[in-house]
Amino acid sequence: MAGKPKLHYFNARGRMEPIRWLLAAAGVEFEEQFLESAEDLEKLKNDGYLMFQQVPMVEIDGMKLVQSRAILNYIASKYDLYGKDIKERALIDMYTEGMADLYEMILLLPLCRPEEKDTKIALIQEKTKNRYFPAFEKVLKSHEQDYLVGNKLSRADIQLVELLYFVEELDPSLISSFPLLQALKTRISNLPTLKKFLQPGSPRKPPTNAKSVEEARKIFKF
Amino acid sequence: MAAKPKLYYFHGRGRMESIRWLLAAAGVEFEEEFLETREQYEKLQKDGCLLFGQVPLVEVDGMMLTQTRAILSYLAAKFNFYGKDLKERVRIDMYVDGTLDLMAMIMLAPFQRPEEKQETLASVIQKAKARYFPVFEKILKDHGEDFLVGNKFSWADIQMLEAILMVEELNASVLSDFPLLKAFKTRISNIPTIKKFLQPGSQRKPPPDAHYVDLVSNILQF
Repeated sequence: MAGKPKLHYFNARGRMEPIRWLLAAAGVEFEEQFLESAEDLEKLKNDGYLMFQQVPMVEIDGMKLVQSRAILNYIASKYDLYGKDIKERALIDMYTEGMADLYEMILLLPLCRPEEKDTKIALIQEKTKNRYFPAFEKVLKSHEQDYLVGNKLSRADIQLVELLYFVEELDPSLISSFPLLQALKTRISNLPTLKKFLQPGSPRKPPTNAKSVEEARKIFKF
Repeated sequence: MAAKPKLYYFHGRGRMESIRWLLAAAGVEFEEEFLETREQYEKLQKDGCLLFGQVPLVEVDGMMLTQTRAILSYLAAKFNFYGKDLKERVRIDMYVDGTLDLMAMIMLAPFQRPEEKQETLASVIQKAKARYFPVFEKILKDHGEDFLVGNKFSWADIQMLEAILMVEELNASVLSDFPLLKAFKTRISNIPTIKKFLQPGSQRKPPPDAHYVDLVSNILQF
């Protein structure tokens, strides 16, 4: 029997969290090896485990995968969460790439200088309300189906709902004028595998705090 | 007969260039509409062609595709440049994500302030020589084949050549310690469709100049 996938990262959301969500949604149990010091990262590098000297890295099916997109693409394909053909995949990719752009802005917020923080938050709020949420609301409205693509659960739904929770932690009011997004969030959150993941005690990581940022600075030396 | 793909972007490399390379490598003719004014850009947005209000936009097979990676993945799959199975595809994804990271740094440099720009370009050369090129040199050495993945020409090879040429424009001797990459560069450049794309008069775009930077800054208003 194949071993469980093993995730190598530090004990925080960062760039590994979408991977945790996707595996969890697919009902796949996984192990995690947490980097706790700069030496832990050096060891992974020296052992030749990190193709471009970076994490996330996921050991799966005999491979050591790096680059979060490559990892997400692989998991999505393997667990049939990537549409039924290349045209559906193109739509899924277009949507998830847009999500990744917004996600990245929120992800990097804890790392910005204090004097820049308010400006960055305002920018995130503006883009969420005027660019990203309207786009996804429009997609759902256009076909009135339960899922973003092909009337079937895909990574696009899972990744969008993760993003909705992420945005909600920043500003819960932003979703208020998007009824279809709210309905999607409820619906996807109630899928048995995700319902379990959203409960305490799951591998889901808590919001990033100052302590996490300090730990990351120590491990990744920035 | 299918219409030719149509590319909407500025008259320069930017985020569209990798898409031009892929189409050219596949021997597919394409049309281009160049954005020259803010009004043209706003019209595209108002007409609902841009899901997230952004270019690149590629009209292909009845879809209005945006998000560079979504477009590239679709075209790679369509033209059989994406490996023969999931395991080959994940390797291609890892390699192209690495090279896209490197090229993104080069692409953003002209838009930075002079001091930042110098730092970025120095970092590109350093990363190319220490992080990226050694990986691909080793891949070629380990399997001794002509192409990066699966002994067959793929998206990974096209992107690798594009990245090599871009870095060489910054530092002509950057391949001096990488004999296999040098041979790879010659070999891939001689593939008939690529050879044609590398000749004057093709749709390949020149490196950005001050005029291009001004044009893009004005149209995108930053």
